[in-house]
Amino acid sequence: MPVPLSHYLTLAAILFTIGVFGIFVNRKNVIVILMAIELLLLAVNINFVAFSAYLGDLAGQIFAIFVLTVAAAEAAIGLAIVLVYFRNRGSIEVEDINLMKG
Amino acid sequence: MILAQLVFYLLAFVTVAAAVMVIAARNPVHSVLFLILAFFNSAGLFILLGAEFIGMLLVVVYVGAVAVLFLFVVMMLDINFVQLREGFLQYLPVGALVGLILLVELALVFGSIAMEPALGGAAVSATEAGVTNTEAIGRLLYTDYFYLFQAAGIILLVAMIGAMTLTMRHRPDARRQDIGRQVRRRPGETLEVRKVPPRTGI
Repeated sequence: MPVPLSHYLTLAAILFTIGVFGIFVNRKNVIVILMAIELLLLAVNINFVAFSAYLGDLAGQIFAIFVLTVAAAEAAIGLAIVLVYFRNRGSIEVEDINLMKG
Repeated sequence: MILAQLVFYLLAFVTVAAAVMVIAARNPVHSVLFLILAFFNSAGLFILLGAEFIGMLLVVVYVGAVAVLFLFVVMMLDINFVQLREGFLQYLPVGALVGLILLVELALVFGSIAMEPALGGAAVSATEAGVTNTEAIGRLLYTDYFYLFQAAGIILLVAMIGAMTLTMRHRPDARRQDIGRQVRRRPGETLEVRKVPPRTGI
């Protein structure tokens, strides 16, 4: 009996939950938050590719490529912002980043 | 068939374990390494699904570019990482609550959708016989999704320029090229023809 689609979806759901959990738990280190966002995008990609494979439609895989593109761009910009912030303030703790009182 | 199942469960288990360690590792360098492990295992899952191109892309883009970028930034920032872990227990209840709510919601969605019977079976090949996955994706990407493909390129260009302009800094002590001054220079200011008498020097 082959692996059913629901197992892939369950795996993606678990990964997504771990990512969200990581964003909320790591209130100190911005870099780990960025890594948690990468995990979220990975979970989404697993969903896309799994549906693409089980429906026999390649559009899901094309969309996964675009998600990958955006994830790479987001990582580059996010890390650049972290670097600039650290240069100016000497800290990357989330609690210190409240200059705009947002 | 049982082999495919075994491989799936192995890869899935390692992926989830690595994801947990990304969140829980004390040292951010270890987090990055576990992230690489998670991505490698998901690439294996994609190959298992018949999406070889995405799997290889994941290895190239994430392990080759993004993870190395993370490693560089983690090593460039001079931070006391022990101090960074202090708030872990403080935020654990909130994080657990949010995670639990999300998991319950996902389970409810999952339980409420009626799965099409065809979806319960094996993965069907998304490509016709004789065409590789990469070739099929290329045929689609360069025809139907051509404008989106170009837009993805523009996104990468904007990200590249943005990252460079964000992190560039002008240090006053650095000697930089001044093109205006270069162009303004005349031979008369820089060259001087001297008559050197023998045995005396200048």
